[in-house]
Amino acid sequence: MIVADRKPLDEILNSIKDYKKIILMGCGGCVTICFSGGAKAVELLASQIKMARKKQGKEIEIIECTPERQCEYEFIDELKKELETVEAVLSIACGVGVQAMTERHPESITIPGLNTKFMGYPVEHAVWDERCAGCGDCVLEWTGGVCPISRCAKKLLNGPCGGSADGKCEVDKDTECAWQLIYERLKKLGKLENLTVVREPKDWRTSTNAGQRKTKFEEAML
Amino acid sequence: MSEFEPKIVAYCCNFCAFAAADLAGAMRVQYPPNVRIIRLPCTGKVDAIHLMKSFEDGADGVFVAGCLEGECHYLEGNLRARKRVAYVKKLLTEVGIDPQRVEMFNLSSAMGSKFAEYVEEMTKRTKELGPASTDGQKEPQKQ
Repeated sequence: MIVADRKPLDEILNSIKDYKKIILMGCGGCVTICFSGGAKAVELLASQIKMARKKQGKEIEIIECTPERQCEYEFIDELKKELETVEAVLSIACGVGVQAMTERHPESITIPGLNTKFMGYPVEHAVWDERCAGCGDCVLEWTGGVCPISRCAKKLLNGPCGGSADGKCEVDKDTECAWQLIYERLKKLGKLENLTVVREPKDWRTSTNAGQRKTKFEEAML
Repeated sequence: MSEFEPKIVAYCCNFCAFAAADLAGAMRVQYPPNVRIIRLPCTGKVDAIHLMKSFEDGADGVFVAGCLEGECHYLEGNLRARKRVAYVKKLLTEVGIDPQRVEMFNLSSAMGSKFAEYVEEMTKRTKELGPASTDGQKEPQKQ
């Protein structure tokens, strides 16, 4: 799922300083799961903004809403009427949600309230670690299911590097070395021969290095 | 400032703090009338938004009073409440409101006078801080 953190309150307050009536829009998808943009987060942020603005002597009216998913037109179109009554939308969805609002409702200004970070997995309750970098050419098949692109600081395909020590990464001693994990996993699977193959440089055009990526499923197209 | 009478909202667990407040009444223990008690089935029912809304609607201080740790009727409701109070302290700090305005207390139903002490403590604390709406706007106190 997509993991995001809320922006600092000062930054949010600054981005909406000129507005007296806004919609604070959450999302019922990924950001609800990571506590940064669900219905509860909307309530709490609205409360914080209202209190902060009251202290500044510039009260603000906030319409709170949390569509099922902010990245789909069907759900955000339900708010068309409310959009006409406000000066801006403060979105606490991921970057896709903010842009879906901008594209579908270009007459409104949509401001992000979150910093979208990565695609992650909850390693424990309320703790997420990055697990996929969306590189567009998955290598998990021969790495035993451990991703060196998102979990190795150097994105090595022929690791580990010389900085791996005691199973930890030299960049951050609290982070496990992805290549140590790959080695242990392949050893357990009896597939260590996978590591004898020298992997050629990765074609990063399938990642973000060749501009915007697109995909379609023709059979489902209208 | 001496005329300022703070509004304090107390979220009290039915099994301890609320019973303790009742006992304080039966014992004729005097405590400041600034407190408004909200009875809960357990402090685990308290959500961060309840505490925030209290401040939004004009409270100068808020406290949550639950069972002694390890003695929650529902095992760990009071431990959850403690975490939520700590979270609200962070949210208030971001807004510029003194985090001392919100507190978590633990007591048993037999502690009537302790309940009165906690109310007195919160009343004294919020009186010293002044109205919540003026946080961050006062001159620093001269030593």
